[in-house]
Amino acid sequence: MKKWVKLSLWVVFIVLVGIQFIPVQPNETEPVTTADFIEYYQPPIAIGNIIRSSCYDCHSNHTKYPWYSNVQPIGWLLQNHISEGKSELNLSEFGNQSNRMKRTKLKSIITQINDDEMPMSSYLLLHSEAKLDSLKKARLVKYFDSLVVSLDR
Amino acid sequence: MKKTNSILALSLTVGLSLSLIACGNANKQNQEGSAIPHDHSAMTHEADNSMSAGSDMAMMESKTITTLIDNYLAIKNALVQDNSKAAANAGQKLADATSGIDITSFDASKQSEIQEILEVVKEHGAHIAKSELAHQREHFEGMAKDFMDLLAIAGTDRTLYQQYCPMYNKGKGGSWLSASEEIKNPLFGSKMLTCGSVKETISMK
Repeated sequence: MKKWVKLSLWVVFIVLVGIQFIPVQPNETEPVTTADFIEYYQPPIAIGNIIRSSCYDCHSNHTKYPWYSNVQPIGWLLQNHISEGKSELNLSEFGNQSNRMKRTKLKSIITQINDDEMPMSSYLLLHSEAKLDSLKKARLVKYFDSLVVSLDR
Repeated sequence: MKKTNSILALSLTVGLSLSLIACGNANKQNQEGSAIPHDHSAMTHEADNSMSAGSDMAMMESKTITTLIDNYLAIKNALVQDNSKAAANAGQKLADATSGIDITSFDASKQSEIQEILEVVKEHGAHIAKSELAHQREHFEGMAKDFMDLLAIAGTDRTLYQQYCPMYNKGKGGSWLSASEEIKNPLFGSKMLTCGSVKETISMK
């Protein structure tokens, strides 16, 4: 019995070591283009910084990876998460969309922030700097609202 | 001690072979990836065949603006009844329908705008298909304007009423389209079924 426990622990250990060698394509290689949300709209620097630190890890082509992303299977989970986030909204390609789609996405961004759906609580657990306090929330929503208004015109 | 050594040796061998397998898989994937262009002609051929079969189906179902209006109204009726599941089904149908519509019959200058509207409607439909009630209502309200723009370009096959309730979204108001003049509010459902009034009548030209 004891032997089996020991052996299975070894097997788990070996698999964990083994999977570290499986290559992962990091989400940071694409160059920044003029379609990038911050390049495209040129928001005030403070607003741009909030967007970058609260949204860009999962909603752009430029993730700032934490050290543990190099540890599998954590890195894979992050990868999954990021590709899901990007399929909903990719701020790196925001400017490429039609004005109609921009408006739609902006309205969704506003409700997600207002309803405290985003940034996700699981993400905030390890990224306290991404948290939106009520002041940051109000500034962001006001800014996104102004973009919607300019598109409505 | 000897036993631990042998286990360690074993573990190293297995670990190494595992990582080799992993690398091997990666190579295989690359090979498969590079193999795709070779098979491309055969694949497109096959795709063409299934496409023609698909368009036959589409012809029979004739996905047109009518399909979109039908599914939009199905979502509306489901939301009136607070029925999230029925709304999700109709949302999926709406999203699917946007892909099958032939827009070549429209004015060339209008085609890109119609295409943009269809993309947005697809986005809303897909979200209605996978969200809970409040979120479904947000997306339903969100596409009212796009739908009206679409009908302004493409025309409608029936009389529709643009209705508006000023209380939705914390007093910012919300619009929707209805097939009947009578107000049945899809944005509040049973909570406030009769909030709203007709703002505009969209009729066939």
